[in-house]
Order: sequence, then C-alpha cells, then structure tokens
Amino acid sequence: MEFLDYAFMQRALLAAVLVGITAPAVGIYLVQRRQALMGDGIGHVAMTGVGLGFLLSWSPVWMATLVSVLGAVLMELIRWFGRTRGDIALAMLFYGGMAGGVMFINLAPTGSNANLTSYLFGSLSTVSESDVTAIIILATFVVLVTLGLRRQLFAVSQDEEFARVTGLPVRALNLLTAITAAVTVTVAMRVVGLLLVSALMVVPVAAAQQMTRSFAATFAIAVAIGVSVTIGGTVTSYYQDVPPGATIVLLTIAAFIVLTALATPLARRRARALAAAQPAGDPAECTIPATREGGGKVAV
Amino acid sequence: MGEPVISLRGVRAELGSRPVLRGIDLTVRHGEVVALLGANGSGKSTAVRSVIGQVPVSDGEVELFGTPRARFRDWARVGYVPQRTTAAGGVPATVTEIVSSGRLSRARFGMLRKADHAAVRRALELVGMTDRAKDSVNALSGGQHQRVLIARALASEPELLIMDEPMAGVDLASQEVLAETLREQVAAGTTVLLVLHELGPLEPLINRAVVLRDGCVTHDGPPPKALGQHALPGHDHVHPHAPAGAEPIRTGLLS
Repeated sequence: MEFLDYAFMQRALLAAVLVGITAPAVGIYLVQRRQALMGDGIGHVAMTGVGLGFLLSWSPVWMATLVSVLGAVLMELIRWFGRTRGDIALAMLFYGGMAGGVMFINLAPTGSNANLTSYLFGSLSTVSESDVTAIIILATFVVLVTLGLRRQLFAVSQDEEFARVTGLPVRALNLLTAITAAVTVTVAMRVVGLLLVSALMVVPVAAAQQMTRSFAATFAIAVAIGVSVTIGGTVTSYYQDVPPGATIVLLTIAAFIVLTALATPLARRRARALAAAQPAGDPAECTIPATREGGGKVAV
Repeated sequence: MGEPVISLRGVRAELGSRPVLRGIDLTVRHGEVVALLGANGSGKSTAVRSVIGQVPVSDGEVELFGTPRARFRDWARVGYVPQRTTAAGGVPATVTEIVSSGRLSRARFGMLRKADHAAVRRALELVGMTDRAKDSVNALSGGQHQRVLIARALASEPELLIMDEPMAGVDLASQEVLAETLREQVAAGTTVLLVLHELGPLEPLINRAVVLRDGCVTHDGPPPKALGQHALPGHDHVHPHAPAGAEPIRTGLLS
C-alpha cells in the first residue's frame, strides 16, 4: 500500500472513486431511456471545451464543463423540436465538437495534440490540486441530483408520457439529466478520457442488470462495480505502468463478462424456484391440443 | 347529471400538417363511463391525448374538472393508462417500483411516506398482482404488463381514469381481472374515459359510447349494438386460414 504515500496517487485515487460513483449513477438513467450513447456524444462535444480552455488559457476542466453542458442542452432541444432529422443534427454536433477541439488546441500557443491525447484517453498521474477541487464539486452535484431526485428521474426515464400526466416537470428533469450527464463526462475526463467516458457510464449498468430484478439493486451494484474497477484500474496502472483509462474500461468489460456467465445458472435457479412455487394443479409442461396442427405442416 | 369532468369544445388538432381532430365536442360527467370507439386513424387516441396535454390543440377548448387544461395542475386527480404493450424500460424494474411512480403526483418532493406505500400496495391488490410485486416487469406476460400500468394509474387514487386501449394484447384471464377492477372503481364513483377497439367484456360497464370517424364525432349515445353473429354472446371467431378440422377459437367471454 505504499502508493498511498504519494500525493499524486492520493489525488488519482480520489478522482477515480468519484468517477466510479458518478458515471454509473448517471449512466443508469441514460440506459433506462435507451440513450446509452449520449455520454459518448457529450464526450465529443467536450473536446471543443478542452481546446478552448487551452486557447484562452482557462482551466480546460471548467471550460469543458461549460461547453459540454451547452452541448447537452442543445441535444435536448434537438430532441424536442427536430424529431424528423434529429439523428443528423446530433451527428453534426458530435463531429463538429471533435473537429473544434482539434482545431482550437492547434491554434493555442501552449497546446499540442499531446495535450489533447491526455484528455482523450485520461491521464490520472497529471491530475492537479485544482482538478481535484473541480472534480469534487462536480461529483457532489451529480450525486445530489441522481440520488435526491431518483424517483422523479426514474419516472421520467421509464415513461415520459405518463410522467407528464403525473404533473412532473418533464422538460426540466430531462434538461437536468442532460446537464448532469455533461458534468459527469467532465468529471470522468481526467480519469478515463473523453473517448472512454461512455463505457464507464453504460457497461457497469449493463453488467449489474445481468443479475438484478429491481432498479434500486441495479443502481447499487452498478456503482459498486464502478468504484471497484476505477480503484482496481488505478492501482494496476501504478504497478504495471499501463494506461489507467484503458485498464479501467477493460476491467469493466471483464466484470460484465463474468457477471453474464454467472447470471445464467442464477436465472435457471430462479426459474426452478418459481416452478416449485406454482400450485400443483398447474401443468409445468406445455401440452399441444390435438385439434390444432403445427406450423410445420403448412404447404409453401 | 354530475359535474363535467372532461369537456372538449370544438377541438381541432393536427399531427404534422394532417388534421386529425376536426372540431370535436365531448363531455364526460362525474361518475360516467364513456367509451371512445372508432377505426384505426379515426382520432380516438389523439382525442384522449389532447385531454391530458400530450397533443397540442390548434383550436377549441379543453377543460379538466372545470379548469382550462393549460391552468390545470391537480394531476393527482387523473390516472392515465397510456397505450403500451410493455411497462419495461432499458433497466430492470420491479412491479412495485413501476407502480410507485404513479404515486409521485401525491408525494411531496418525491418522498413516499407510509400512506403512499400503502396506496401502492392497494393498487397492486386491485389488479391482482400482489404476489408479483417484487418481480421484474421483464418477466411478465402482456396482460400482466397492462395490469401493472393500470395499477400505476390507480396508485394516485384518481377521480378520473383515462385509458388508451387497455385491452390491447391482453389475455382472457387478465381481461376479466381488468373488467372486475374497473367495475370496483366505477362503483366507488370513479369517472372513466376509455379508448376501445371493441367493447368486449367491458360492455356492461359502459354508459355511453362516442364514435369517431375521420376526426369527427359520428355517434354520441348508448353503446352501439353489435350486428348479426357478433351480437351473440360468446360468438366464435372462425378464421378462414385455419386448417379445415380445427376448432374455432371460442372467445366465450359472455357465455
């Protein structure tokens, strides 16, 4: 445990844990509303923010937060108004964001593609004091929203039309989800990088739901997986000199594969328990009525 | 005659540039059970969705409980069952979790208290899904999904139930449970507006039928009587493409 003696490792681990909590906490709502790739889109838009940060000599983290929040709000507006060609508009926003990032960072006097790479794939060891402060503030916001408003966000993400009839402010909640997702992207940017952010939002949720039946359990297990892989990846990268972002994402996918493999026998056991609980009168097997002919006999 | 609960006057609505409602009048009074009938594309779903503000109305007036819809805020008095074949989203959720979201209109700041949890349990009892409360909705049949959606609407203990095709894709056993649930609600004084494709097992409950055709009301009065063989209780559906010796599918709902 001697890595805990280094200040840069303390910062790295703190940032990693916060990302492990926040990314799946937001991601679960995106997966629920079947917008799993939204995090990826915001990640592309955030690149323009990083580029602008270098160009204007502002903090790239805060600039990326500002630009990705604007981008997420724009995406929500496109979803409201431009139903027909929304996908094309989103594609332009994503690739425009990425191109803008490359352009601005090359125009910046201190910027280079090497700087950009550290944001694209994460660079835990270069996380500074001020980065950590920003990450703590942003992560607190994300946790407050995703836990404090969980019932409202669940209702809106489950069935938007119904949520509106219960009187929930659906548009405001959708905007809040988009903004929270954008904030999470910038929290995770320094740890896993903009291009891999979405993996940490989506894969822990996908892994957790292999074995869960309830939303609450999926939420808890997804966050547990998120924290385990971010700590595991950070520590591994300290000992093995491998990139932490890639390590974290590969560990997450490994967790998904292991849980999927474990889920099959679990599901079988549940099915057996359910069959045993059925009243004795119910036949467990299918019987085909004799008067009905099977589909196989239909002449083509 | 009770107070008007829903009142549409000269309502017009367009989807895209196509007129879907062309000036309809519809009043549902307290305690009434009104069925909205019509062929596909006649505007029944749009009419219902204009009541709850899901479809913008280009002309005319919509009132809920005597309040213009734009100023109506008392959504806990309305239970809505959307036209769905599934209650599932992208993440597993239990029956209780889905039904609890129907209680949010009565919960302050989204906090569910003891009384709210009790209301959720009662709603599950009403649709006969108590034993499935902790199961994932992904494991349910089509009819059970519909029962969950109805329980979600009942969780806020509404005075007005609006249901869009609640019998679509529902097995016979569930149809009977739903009809029974609705009967209890009506007996307790709930007002009901439902979109239906055919009257089916709900027929005895319905006071009035409104038939839409091409976005206009063509009938408003007692439910239309079925004609010919369809009028017979428990009439059989014989499908011409079924094998010659096959048993006809007996609906047997009323027999």
